Amino acid sequence: MLMATLALATMGLLLGGGLGVAARKFAVTDDNPLLKEVEALMPGSQCGQCGFPGCAGAAAALVEGNASVTCCPPGGVALAEKLAALLGVTLDAGQMSAPQMASIDSAQCTGCTRCYRACPTDAIVGASGQIHVVMQSACTGCAKCQDACPEDCISLAAQGPTLDTWRWAKPQAA
Amino acid sequence: MSTMGLVSGPFAHDRSSVNRIMLQVCLALLPATLFGLYLFGWPAINLWLLTCASAVLTEALCLRWLGQPQRRLLDGSALLTGWLLALSLPPWAPWWIGVGGSVFAIGIGKQIYGGIGQNLFNPAMLARVALLIAFPLQMTTWALPHALGSAAAPGFVEGLAITFGGAIPDGTTGATALGGLKTELTLGHTAEQILAGNFQLIPALLGSTAGSLGETSELLLLLGGLWLLLRRIIHWEIPVSMLVSVVLLGAIAHQINPDRYPGGLYHLASGGLLLGALFIATDPVTSPVSRAGRLIFGIGCGVLVYVIRTWGSFPEAVAFAVLFMNALSPLIDRYWRPRAYGRTSSGKPLAIGRQTSQVKQEG
Amino acid sequence: MFNLARIRGGVHPDAHKDRSSALTIGSVPLPPRLYLPLRQHAGAEALPLVKVGDRVLKGQLIASSPSEMSAPIHAPSSGTVVEIGPILAPHPSGLTVNGIVIDTDGEDRWIELDVPGNPFEESPLVLAERVAQAGIVGMGGAIFPAAVKLKQGTRHEIKTVLVNGSECEPFLTCDDRIMRERAEAIVDGARLIQHILRAYRVVIGIEDNKPEAIAAMRAASEPYGAIEVEAVPALYPMGSAKQLIQAVTGREVPAEARSTSVGALVHNVGTVYAIQQALRHGRPLISRVVTVAGGCVSNPRNLEVLIGTPAQALFDACGGFSREPAGVLLGGPMMGVNLPSLQAPVIKGATGLLALAPNELRADEASPCIRCASCVDACPMGLLPLEMAARARVDDLDGAHEYGLRDCILCGCCSYVCPSHIPLVQYFQYAMGQQDERRQGARKADHIKQLTEARATRLAEEEAAKAAAKAAKAAKAKAAKPVAAPSNEVES
Repeated sequence: MLMATLALATMGLLLGGGLGVAARKFAVTDDNPLLKEVEALMPGSQCGQCGFPGCAGAAAALVEGNASVTCCPPGGVALAEKLAALLGVTLDAGQMSAPQMASIDSAQCTGCTRCYRACPTDAIVGASGQIHVVMQSACTGCAKCQDACPEDCISLAAQGPTLDTWRWAKPQAA
Repeated sequence: MSTMGLVSGPFAHDRSSVNRIMLQVCLALLPATLFGLYLFGWPAINLWLLTCASAVLTEALCLRWLGQPQRRLLDGSALLTGWLLALSLPPWAPWWIGVGGSVFAIGIGKQIYGGIGQNLFNPAMLARVALLIAFPLQMTTWALPHALGSAAAPGFVEGLAITFGGAIPDGTTGATALGGLKTELTLGHTAEQILAGNFQLIPALLGSTAGSLGETSELLLLLGGLWLLLRRIIHWEIPVSMLVSVVLLGAIAHQINPDRYPGGLYHLASGGLLLGALFIATDPVTSPVSRAGRLIFGIGCGVLVYVIRTWGSFPEAVAFAVLFMNALSPLIDRYWRPRAYGRTSSGKPLAIGRQTSQVKQEG
Repeated sequence: MFNLARIRGGVHPDAHKDRSSALTIGSVPLPPRLYLPLRQHAGAEALPLVKVGDRVLKGQLIASSPSEMSAPIHAPSSGTVVEIGPILAPHPSGLTVNGIVIDTDGEDRWIELDVPGNPFEESPLVLAERVAQAGIVGMGGAIFPAAVKLKQGTRHEIKTVLVNGSECEPFLTCDDRIMRERAEAIVDGARLIQHILRAYRVVIGIEDNKPEAIAAMRAASEPYGAIEVEAVPALYPMGSAKQLIQAVTGREVPAEARSTSVGALVHNVGTVYAIQQALRHGRPLISRVVTVAGGCVSNPRNLEVLIGTPAQALFDACGGFSREPAGVLLGGPMMGVNLPSLQAPVIKGATGLLALAPNELRADEASPCIRCASCVDACPMGLLPLEMAARARVDDLDGAHEYGLRDCILCGCCSYVCPSHIPLVQYFQYAMGQQDERRQGARKADHIKQLTEARATRLAEEEAAKAAAKAAKAAKAKAAKPVAAPSNEVES
């Protein structure tokens, strides 16, 4: 009886000590390497649509689990999937809001250039005194141009499907 | 203009349906079933009706509880499960064996897994094994053939007494060929002596022997199975590989030691081998989907049947063998896939090779 | 090539071809308006060369191709351009596509055609370019620019040119009729393609359920030794390039590779005819033969139709509907699509217009998969449709891809035989669409990332330039006012 107790106690001490040493020795002292990986994935346009201060802020929030992987509209489903895989969470693609796109009402635009200076992705082209145009291939829908426009002629809307973006729907489940 | 919703093609269909498949399997079972009912008389008829009806009823109740559409009942799968279970029961078993088996088959064997198409194990065989383990006495009391209309056959009222009262008259039961062999071998007799006493090939194939309700007539089962093969409802791989491996193993062992091991034909003609190979192992839900997979599955079933029959503690083994291979089906499906067009069997693209040479750019 | 040539899987749908194949190719009265989508081909949208109000002649180039992977568009008849902008696309979504609308003037006056000399004396690349300028695309429905394929002959050794006359889709008989009525032109076209590709032999593959077409093609190809007519078994999808190559040459095209990697190239008979017309007569692709059929069409037949003709005009030319159709399809019932409206125009890749009765359409609701493996047996590509669909259903795109989505040709054999009526093909379409969307999204994200970085460097440079300018200014000021400088420095 005594022998058994002693043996178990010794074993417990040894193994516990081993664990303690390992925890010290193999501790991850570096900044969270995950953070860097997540940051590298983010678009980097600092648009602020996620509600965090810039892409770095969003990355930190994601790693801490304070933000949803679907928080980045410019990144779209593709980014959300990568983030979900990296962070080991399940993704509900249905949560993604449709990406918004800016468009300029050419009747009201005065060509003041403020919007294109505000655009973080250079998605607006135009020159002083000319009507500006949004290039949809680069617009992230961050709404910074909308805030900058003195004429209030920029609107954001989800894009309807075109023949290039139209997709077959999933069949009704059977 | 168009009344269709936005659906993708193809818009044509070959008009097959699950319901039609199930009913054709039932139809294929009909000759053997009718023969079994004739051979074992009123108690068998009662048992068969009860088992089928309670399977359908259980399915209906389960669908209702699980909020599934009731029209699923029409797919015929519950009827088939009940039918197969009935065929594998001792013909004079009491009513609660049939009803309990059906409830177990449909409720535990099928609906708990998520209903049709989701079950891992063949529901009828699961129920049969559960009954065999729980009620070994009732499940191994084999009525001797008492054909309807013959002098010794129980009448309608006696049939009710047997089914509902469990009043099996003395001297009307006996051993099956497989069971007899097992017992006698332990008594030190040689296989040849035993078989000379209780086994004759032709009656065994025709089915006028003791055994499960629908398993006795190998020839009628074969008839139904061949018809299903012709209708392309079952694939040939599982029955052929399963039967061949049992017969082959039997023949080899018989060559080595005829005193201990009966021949391959004996195995083919006894127990539920034919029913199992043609109607139970071929259950699409629980068998592999690729040709190679089905061959492996069939061979596995055959080997297990032989091994358990010969060295196991139960005389009959089809249900155990099928259940065991059912459990392996997902694994087989994962590793034995058909070779895709333009790829090697490991899934890599075929080498482009020197079948064509690049031509130098000219003007 | 005994056993290798055997096609795996495949199905035998009811042909429904008798009625329309019995009649000669008819014509359609000139429609008042022609609607010409700027994209009727795989690749980039064509660029309009005309303005609203311009008068155009039949055969005049009205939209040019911006790149090799594209095709120009020609006016199918003479008239006036009345609109350039979004028009209804012949697409199940009912969305619009940019297009040109022409009001026909009824004169149907040809532009002066540049009739080339003997094409056999020209170099292959010149001929291929001429085919490109004629706006010819794969007319069996693939709508791949034909010239792109013809130029393969300069890069790869093509042993066999396959002329695809198998036409395995039910109801469709346009290739059958064109082979019966225009056999000489097709054989001439096949010889021209052989010349362009420097191929050793030409095989015209025709399903054995079209004996008349086989006889006509055999008679026409008799004088030319290098051209063989081969009867292939009637089996859907024999008209798929990969299956036809296997049936005729006994070789499988390696996955992720083109048919040229086995020394073969497939052209549809309609395409071959169009190529012959372009090279012999200088005619651009402005019309095609379309099968109008289905249980609801009064007089099913094949019609030679100008590209851009609204579907309604074709049905009218066949005596209208005998009863209200339950569905109108563009293409065959296996791979065709739901036509959103009878106003949608015929395009270069339109093989047929079907008005189907309810009994010709699948209607039953889907039930759970019973793993019967019918789809596995039917799949001509040797895939596991049930596993692919199960994964697509739970959005496991990578799993579906790995189980065969990457090799799926969307032929529909699996859905055709499924006893549970599971819309397998739609699951695959859905999964492929999602994969596309991911790819597009990733491309856009990369693009945006580059732009953001470029902007950051530009802003930094501007900042630096400004600072430098300021410094230079300050230095200048310092030089101009040397006295004040010391005090400045102290202040700062």
